[in-house]
Amino acid sequence: MTTLLDVQDLRVSFPDAAGGRIQPVDGVSFAIARGEMLALVGESGCGKSLTSLALLRLVPEPGRIEPGSRVRLGDTDVLALRGGALREIRGRRIGMIFQDPMTSLNPVFRVGDQITEGMHAHFKLSKAEARERALALLEEVGIPDPVARFDAYPHQLSGGMRQRVMIAIALAAQPELLIADEPTTALDVTVQAQILEVLDRLRATRGMAILLITHDLGVVAGRADRVCVMYAGQIVEEAPTAELFRNPRHPYTQGLFASVPKLTGPRERLTPIKGSVPPPSAWPTGCRFRPRCPIVHPRSAELPPLLDAGPAHRMRCWLAVEPVGPVEPVGPASATDRGAAEDRTA
Amino acid sequence: MRGSWRAALAAAWGRPGGRLGTLLLLGIVAAVALGPFLLPDPAAQPDILGGANLAPGAGHLFGTDQLSRDVLARVVAGGRVSLAVGGLAALLSATLGLLVGLAAGYRGGAVDAVLMRLVDAALVVPRLFLLLLLLAAWERVPLAALVVVIGATGWFATSRLVRAEVLRLKAEPFVLAAEALGAGGRRIIFRHLLPNALGPLVVAATLGVGEVILLEAGLSFLGLGIQPPTPSWGGMIYDAKDVLVTAPWGSVFPGLAIVLTVLAVHLVGDALHAALDPREAAIVAAVPAPASIPAAEPVTRLDLEAGLARMSDSREPAA
Repeated sequence: MTTLLDVQDLRVSFPDAAGGRIQPVDGVSFAIARGEMLALVGESGCGKSLTSLALLRLVPEPGRIEPGSRVRLGDTDVLALRGGALREIRGRRIGMIFQDPMTSLNPVFRVGDQITEGMHAHFKLSKAEARERALALLEEVGIPDPVARFDAYPHQLSGGMRQRVMIAIALAAQPELLIADEPTTALDVTVQAQILEVLDRLRATRGMAILLITHDLGVVAGRADRVCVMYAGQIVEEAPTAELFRNPRHPYTQGLFASVPKLTGPRERLTPIKGSVPPPSAWPTGCRFRPRCPIVHPRSAELPPLLDAGPAHRMRCWLAVEPVGPVEPVGPASATDRGAAEDRTA
Repeated sequence: MRGSWRAALAAAWGRPGGRLGTLLLLGIVAAVALGPFLLPDPAAQPDILGGANLAPGAGHLFGTDQLSRDVLARVVAGGRVSLAVGGLAALLSATLGLLVGLAAGYRGGAVDAVLMRLVDAALVVPRLFLLLLLLAAWERVPLAALVVVIGATGWFATSRLVRAEVLRLKAEPFVLAAEALGAGGRRIIFRHLLPNALGPLVVAATLGVGEVILLEAGLSFLGLGIQPPTPSWGGMIYDAKDVLVTAPWGSVFPGLAIVLTVLAVHLVGDALHAALDPREAAIVAAVPAPASIPAAEPVTRLDLEAGLARMSDSREPAA
């Protein structure tokens, strides 16, 4: 499979109150092949949404993408683009859908007009052709009676219908990559399944690559090809989905799995990860997970790189190269990270 | 867009005040539009000796003024001028306020700071003084100059209103979504921000019409507005002030016209304000849902169960 999107050492920084800069996204690297679904998983505040916005150069003011970061889409260096060339990427080559379909649609325009807007922006089409295509898209994303829906206003549709419309809008210009930022978080569980099925189907029928951003491991399971787990602005573990679910290696990933209830096997008490994600201004030196980690590793004062942890499996933990003996549980999380529950960057 | 406006108008019409104001305003507009065709020439002075200051009666419904002119004809003719000046000046103010507010709110930074400091400075000076200062440039103020000067001094508060609305809208996810789809600055401003910011602007502009009519009447009363012999409501009150006790109809009827017009405009403005307020349920209720759309969508299956089942499956070594 050929690489569609290649992200190398992506760093996004914001000025902090003290006059310095913090880096909520701190050296993220990953690649997506054509037609692949990659999941970016992590807690609120780990930098996953900011990462996705940076791919489209939509980092909110006063943030900026640090020099040295690289985002390549096919042969295009996205970070070198300006003005019109950049808008040619947005929507046309990378489509994006957002978490909250209730507020991501413009309330004063009909659904159909919002879908055809993207077509007119990127292609030369007559009104009738655009309408035909929009109706086909509404059909494709599973909206019953597209003709009636075409003329509806967003407030006349349910949350699930609106998210389908958002997907149709994102597909209007036939992008090669769809970024889905928490596409189901704001929806009822019954509707979540339908939306995820739409994404699965689009990927199968269109061969479109999907970057799925979520905090929900249940959404990832059996759907994504590979998973990148993010923690505190960095990717801490990367593996094919089946491998990651069978054999999570990083203590943070293991903690995530331990905090999700299982339907099979003996009933166990859920083990939440102690403390919370520290804000970017309070990231510890060395391994960022160190204050919350149940394992004390002799080298954890030193930030580990992504190390090989198996076939196609990498993690940012010294355990990959220097296993330690029995797991020693540490005491409750220290006071410094306990008060740091604010999610700043999500 | 069209539909939501229709809904807002329907909601405004549904309020007693809105309906009364609309009917009143339509009546006034019809009267000043059609009246001159039915009434005597407002400039005619049929009998300046015997026909002056006649009380309202059969020949002259509103009586006559000191120059024996028909007061009703002059009120109607003056209404044309007052409404035209009010409407055009309010439109000019709204447009200027809209453009400045959009630029300041969307561009932010230095553009915002400079524009808003200018607005601050302009707001410090009372509008009437500003108008007196500017209008003093003319010996006889032309009508167009009056419209431009009133319009150009009325947009400061409107620009603030629009800017605040744009700042709120700029943070809405649909603006980010539009950017993610490749929309440029102009498209964002005119397609995504402007239509959503129009609600408060329309209310402000409507109320502005009433304000301008009052201002114009005041200026005409001071002799700086519409120049005689062109009749205007403010000018008529000024002309009749010497005979206020002996022939009050010369000032009472134009005064009444001002009161009714401003009242009508405010009733409409208030009703629009209520109808466009997102916290009012009326607008949502007024939009008929297309009949063919079923209320609920079909439910396929419970996702959490499925997702977790899939997850536990793939965690089994055999999977």
